[in-house]
Amino acid sequence: MSKLIDFKKILKQTNPDVKPFQIMDEKGDIVNDAFMPDLSDDQLIQMMEVMVWGREYNNRVSILSRQGVLGNLPPTEGQEASQLISQYALEKGDWLLPSYRDVPPMIRHGVKTRQAINWYNGHTDGFSYDKSVKSFPPQVIIGAQIIQAAGVGLGLKLDGQKHVALTYIGDGGTSQGDFYEGLNFAGVYDAPVIFVAQNNGYGISVPRSFQTRSKTLSQKGIGVGIAHLFVDGMDPFAVYVATKSAREYAVSGQGPVLLEFLTFRFGPHTLSDDPRRYREHEEVEQWRSKDQLVRMRKFLERKGLWTQEHEDVIKEKTQHEVKEALDASRNVEKQTVSGYLESMFEVMPQTIKEQFEFYKAKEGQ
Amino acid sequence: MATRNMVEAITSALDVMLEDDEKILVFGEDVGKNGGVFRATDGLQEKHGERRVFDTPLAESGILGLSIGLGAVGYRPVPEIQFFGFVSEAIDSLTNQMARMRFRTNGTLTCPITLRSPFGGGVGTPEIHSDSYEGFIAQMPGIRVVVPSNPYDAKGLLIASIRSNDPVVFLEHLKLYRAEKMEVPDDIYEVPLDKANIVKEGHDISIVAYGAMVKEAINAATILEEIGVSAEVVDLRTIAPLDIETLQQSVSKTGRCIVVQEAQRQAGVASHVMSELAERLFLDLEAPLSRVTGPDTTYPFPLGESMWLPNAHDIVRKVQNIMENY
Ligand SMILES: Cc1ncc(C[n+]2csc(CCOP(=O)(O)OP(=O)(O)O)c2C)c(N)n1
Repeated sequence: MSKLIDFKKILKQTNPDVKPFQIMDEKGDIVNDAFMPDLSDDQLIQMMEVMVWGREYNNRVSILSRQGVLGNLPPTEGQEASQLISQYALEKGDWLLPSYRDVPPMIRHGVKTRQAINWYNGHTDGFSYDKSVKSFPPQVIIGAQIIQAAGVGLGLKLDGQKHVALTYIGDGGTSQGDFYEGLNFAGVYDAPVIFVAQNNGYGISVPRSFQTRSKTLSQKGIGVGIAHLFVDGMDPFAVYVATKSAREYAVSGQGPVLLEFLTFRFGPHTLSDDPRRYREHEEVEQWRSKDQLVRMRKFLERKGLWTQEHEDVIKEKTQHEVKEALDASRNVEKQTVSGYLESMFEVMPQTIKEQFEFYKAKEGQ
Repeated sequence: MATRNMVEAITSALDVMLEDDEKILVFGEDVGKNGGVFRATDGLQEKHGERRVFDTPLAESGILGLSIGLGAVGYRPVPEIQFFGFVSEAIDSLTNQMARMRFRTNGTLTCPITLRSPFGGGVGTPEIHSDSYEGFIAQMPGIRVVVPSNPYDAKGLLIASIRSNDPVVFLEHLKLYRAEKMEVPDDIYEVPLDKANIVKEGHDISIVAYGAMVKEAINAATILEEIGVSAEVVDLRTIAPLDIETLQQSVSKTGRCIVVQEAQRQAGVASHVMSELAERLFLDLEAPLSRVTGPDTTYPFPLGESMWLPNAHDIVRKVQNIMENY
């Protein structure tokens, strides 16, 4: 028999081990100077502020959720850089298509904190953003926002707008068919879309290794021929440069980019989940040493740009913001069924008109 | 004015609307150069350009997801699903996304999408090409489901659908595409959504139908006329939400009603029409509400479909049965 094809060798070539793109290491040292972004001291401080805000926001809403004041909550501790620094790299007018976990970047993008709080509680005020806020509501169906992002991107391109659509998905979500369709559609139309796969290790309890055999999630871009990069998602500078570069690339008409941010979800999947069932304590501790806040703090302290007092001020402000938002959320008009019926169609059909009258009367009693 | 068959009327609607509003985009599998597998988009790419009329990769979920994104940034997408059976590949986009967008954003984001798709049996297609899935889409509040029964209505309803800011699923019966020609204006005109049409007046019984079954109902009414039964034929045109007012008027006048659908008997549009009428008109009824439908099997292979599909004779028999017994 003639020689057999060496599939093992081919697989190794197409599924290689790669290291994530990094600029700042775990000690806060710049290890990839060529890519260090040109940021002013103010911008560096802002980046830290936004991440401290993110962590404190998560703490506050988690407490509220545990107290039963907010509905079930997907925590975000560990994903501050991947969520908030990627948003920080966007421009006004860029679109956000978030998943259910990406509420913090939505707030930075213009959604009011009060609305975020109302979203957790299922009040439609939590979905009713001002037209100037370029964001979809959080998406609960895994993957749906990915194909929609392709559409937003195509629309922006057809309009000749120099803007992008940025959409987030988790590592579990990259197994979903819609993930592939979205990447593929955006690729075919050269749509300006940044797909961010936040690889936080787990989809509820299922580890990343059970989602796919591919070595990285970003390499899934190869299958559809789009640009892609595997990034240290706990390195704020790497996240910033990757997103900025992807943005430049996409708005210049070259097509979409898939970024994988390697990060970790320190907390549970949602607050009704117990991660001790599927995760060892040591694993969490290992990731603690890579924490974006620790790195950035070290980096800034060495430059004399950050103090504990400054950090405390940001935390306090955040606590205040959440408290005010909570109060404001209680002051929005009570959710009514007649209100739901009103928003079903632009022109109310007869069947809904009848039901609207019924609930109006019931609510008036 | 020209005489057109239904597929030509649809092409004409798309053509005048592409001309009228530059935000309208027509896309789907093979809709560009090929003009669609039924030629519904024939010549549109040539005339309006590849920016407005374009092919997509072969992925239904992608097509509808793309539409939702485009709709959010101000476009008016008119996507085509090549055969409606394949919509199951995109059910999430349709039911969880399009149908709820206005609801879950309080109207700040809407889906001004008209999804066009051929459906319906009687033309010998392979599996999944002919299935009547309108009933389960009709069950989702937030989407209008429109089914024209003739070329004139097809153009006017399609234009009204494209102009609507809410999502519409516009279903074109395969058998009707080239079944008849009629005068169809060249210009823009609308046939209103949410309005049923009394196709033929009568006073003994109302026959409610939609799509290809309207023809069968009219044929049945002609036969019935000869044997002295005056049937009124109501074409639903929009099957979700229902125009109950028109139905109510007709049935309270005739006192009897049968509903005809090509789809299987269980659940579906006919059941819903019957329950609405039973609840509202019990005292006006002189006979039980009844229906003529396909049987509860999977849509059959071509060799079995002519027997499977309801026809005018089934309708006549059902009406005679009602008239004799009540
Ligand atoms: C289509 C769909 N299937 C299942 C679920 C239930 N579900 C919610 S979150 C989740 C895991 C998601 O994991 P991943 O994509 O990694 O995101 P992460 O929560 O880790 O950010 C699952 C299975 C869902 N919301 N949508």
